[in-house]
Amino acid sequence: MAAISLNVNGKNYNLDIEPQMPLLWAIRDIIGLKGTKFGCGIAQCGACTVHMDGKPTRSCVLPVQAVTGKKITTIEGIGTEENLHPVQQAWIDEQVPQCGYCQSGQIMAATALLKEKPNPTNADIDAAMRGHLCRCGTYDRIRKAIKQASKVAPKNEASGGK
Amino acid sequence: MKHLEESNQEHLNFKTKDMSNRRDFIKTLGLSSAGLMLGLSATSRPSVVNMTTHGGPSALALEINPFIVIEPTGKIILINPRPDMGQGSTQAVPSLLAEELEVRLDQVTIWQSDGKNKYGDQTSGGSSSVRALWNPIRKAGAAAREMLVKAAAQRWKVSATECYAKEGKIYHKPTGKTLSYGEVADDASKLEVPKNPVVKDSKDFKIIGKYAPRLDVPARVTGKAVFGIDVEVPGMVYAVMIHNPHIHGKVVSIDDTEALKIKGVQKVLKCERPMPHRTAEAVAIIADNFWAALSAKRAVKVQWENGDIPQTMTTEAYFKKCAEAATKEGLKAEEHGDFGAKFSGASKKIEAVYETPFLAHAPIEPENAIAHIKEDGTAEVWAPIQGPDWALRDLAGYLKIKPEQIKVNVALLGGAFGRKAYHDFLLEACYLSREVKKPVKLVWTREDDITQGPYRPGMLARMQGGIDTQGNIVAYHHHPIGESIQMQVFKTPTDKPDDWICGELSQKEQKYNIPAFKVSFSHVPTDIPIVWWRSVYASNFGFSQEGFLDELIHAAGKDPIKARLEMLTDTRFKTVLETLHEKAKWSEKLPAGQGKGVAIFKSFGSISACCITVSKQANGVKIDKVVSVIDCGHYVNPDNVKAQTEGNIVMGISAAVKKGITFANGQAEQTNFHQYQIMRFNEMPAVEIHIVESGAEPGGVGEPGLPPIAPALTNAIFAATGKRIRRLPFDLNTLA
Repeated sequence: MAAISLNVNGKNYNLDIEPQMPLLWAIRDIIGLKGTKFGCGIAQCGACTVHMDGKPTRSCVLPVQAVTGKKITTIEGIGTEENLHPVQQAWIDEQVPQCGYCQSGQIMAATALLKEKPNPTNADIDAAMRGHLCRCGTYDRIRKAIKQASKVAPKNEASGGK
Repeated sequence: MKHLEESNQEHLNFKTKDMSNRRDFIKTLGLSSAGLMLGLSATSRPSVVNMTTHGGPSALALEINPFIVIEPTGKIILINPRPDMGQGSTQAVPSLLAEELEVRLDQVTIWQSDGKNKYGDQTSGGSSSVRALWNPIRKAGAAAREMLVKAAAQRWKVSATECYAKEGKIYHKPTGKTLSYGEVADDASKLEVPKNPVVKDSKDFKIIGKYAPRLDVPARVTGKAVFGIDVEVPGMVYAVMIHNPHIHGKVVSIDDTEALKIKGVQKVLKCERPMPHRTAEAVAIIADNFWAALSAKRAVKVQWENGDIPQTMTTEAYFKKCAEAATKEGLKAEEHGDFGAKFSGASKKIEAVYETPFLAHAPIEPENAIAHIKEDGTAEVWAPIQGPDWALRDLAGYLKIKPEQIKVNVALLGGAFGRKAYHDFLLEACYLSREVKKPVKLVWTREDDITQGPYRPGMLARMQGGIDTQGNIVAYHHHPIGESIQMQVFKTPTDKPDDWICGELSQKEQKYNIPAFKVSFSHVPTDIPIVWWRSVYASNFGFSQEGFLDELIHAAGKDPIKARLEMLTDTRFKTVLETLHEKAKWSEKLPAGQGKGVAIFKSFGSISACCITVSKQANGVKIDKVVSVIDCGHYVNPDNVKAQTEGNIVMGISAAVKKGITFANGQAEQTNFHQYQIMRFNEMPAVEIHIVESGAEPGGVGEPGLPPIAPALTNAIFAATGKRIRRLPFDLNTLA
């Protein structure tokens, strides 16, 4: 056990946890943010995706000790129902989720993609999303939602970045 | 601590409430006339369905009894008897109520039922929610509306015919006076419940059949929806299972020396995995947090005694036995005409064996449950389960206590597909809580999910068909072979054909007017645990029926749609195929190297057909487009019908072209998503879905889109390449 410092959604946490504990379990069980999901534990399904310094990262295989000093963003830090991120709004407009369990990870991947490539091609979208499994089968709607969000996201992201 | 009752599910208008208080609540508020509570009478029970359409045998006798509560504040509560696993029941069911009660969808608050008998059948399965609740909930809404209007009319001393209801208020037409539902709920509750409330004609529907966004979506895109795995209760400990890789067997020894050195690990204990038909020994780790338990799992050494399972429980041995059965006659389920005579007299005879693999459900949320077996002998559970009523019966049976002593809290399900109506994980948590005397939160790993089953059964189908000199298909024999869910899970007699399978494949259901039409069955048992998987046996035998008919049609030199239309006797089937013909531009000639395939299958009361277009690649083929047509009769939300059908396309393609589950040396050869692959984003073809507006009684929506996918795909591959695929899964890149 050791004192691990984490910065999650702009908030600092000092946690007395095992340095090898994957970030996923620190976020879910220690900090108590449940929006990030457990799906496979081996970085195959993408349900656990968070941003580390803005880059999508699989939290289920990332030991917390590797995260010290980095800025972690989870789905809870992306937007709320009262203040939705354009990607979340697009997900609602396209009625993407069925069960919704994988959608936190899908949205984290999509927001990171649009930040890097505000007008992604189909190939860009494929590359960004192929690591994210959805057993309900919402892929077609995810693509539509990403395209819709790409029409509004750049403006929003730019203002957010200033 | 995140507890369901204080969770953000208020966002969803979806809440699991304390149902013991709820009982008191109904008694005080309802019966003491402070509000209107409406239970449904036995006249409005759903039709009885079997488990190709629905769950186990014991589920059939109950009547529906969902409660609608209108509080004096005007709050309208629907106690929804169908858990939401992503299929949209938390929109569909309140829509039925809102339509007849004359309220907006966002005026209805939903509480999930708790499994108690009075709520009747509460299992989401067999694509049954709207089918079962279509009449009862609409009638309940209409009855409540009539009572509210009558109460208002009495207050105003006017005729009820001068009044109407709209958006939660009663209006008096001549004067424009209004009263809210809450204001008259008390009076209304004293009135007699109308015996034959008048429900709307479908042409007057304002909600049913119309697009509406699902109100639960915002919570599902902001991380706020609380799934089973997210629930915490005070004082709970975490548990992880060490299951036997060979599934069945005994624990010989446990070495927990290293595991107990891990900080946070409390205990390692021998326990059990209670499956419905047999119980396996297992080991569990109890810890302060999930990660500690998982770390300990890797450090515990367990010795198992497995008997002959390593030699006998293999998919190779199972399919070999199935293949042997395919050389013999099975048990006859039905025969129209004289199959033997027609087949032997046919000018062309074709015989083939079709194979479908074992499959895991693999919902992205793994199996999990919290159980608290209390000192006073009562129990409370929180879990993502498809049927609180079944769970309650299973819990009472397992714990040997009365249902009244058990409280079931259903959490949102992160996918289920049939898996979460099999309660081994829930009972494991109960065993552990009883041992450690604390609430136990058990979470399965993905490896548990993939290696332990239960699975969609792998099956063979022996097919025989005959064509006469005029090119007519005159003889058809469908002979399913393999393990039966009823026989394995429910231990039904094995000397009769499986009626879930054979009933679904009957001429009565599938409507092919072939002069000699025969269905047989051969049971081949296996120790590999099986259960229903999205669309149940239709996922196996839709492939053999439609793949083999395609073979016969090609052998007869006919067009696949035209030939099916010639054989089909039912106008709804014909309309579905004609619609597909038009929408898929069937008559347009494709460039060389492309091919189209078609399939149609009826399941869960709906008829679904599909046309898939593929194009030849250097090796194998690529799926270009899937066009699906469904006639599900009346439906609630067209967008949800499309969403479910999209899901069926994805799951159907996965089932056809991704690896199945194989057992060698008595254990599953796949352990996680790197080996048990499902379709990925970049593999998604273009899809197009069309709904036939038949206005018939509601059919299912969650499953019927799946069965035609695999045969439409293999039929398209035949059209493009000339290669006939009879065995699933196959690799799109090699067609092997």
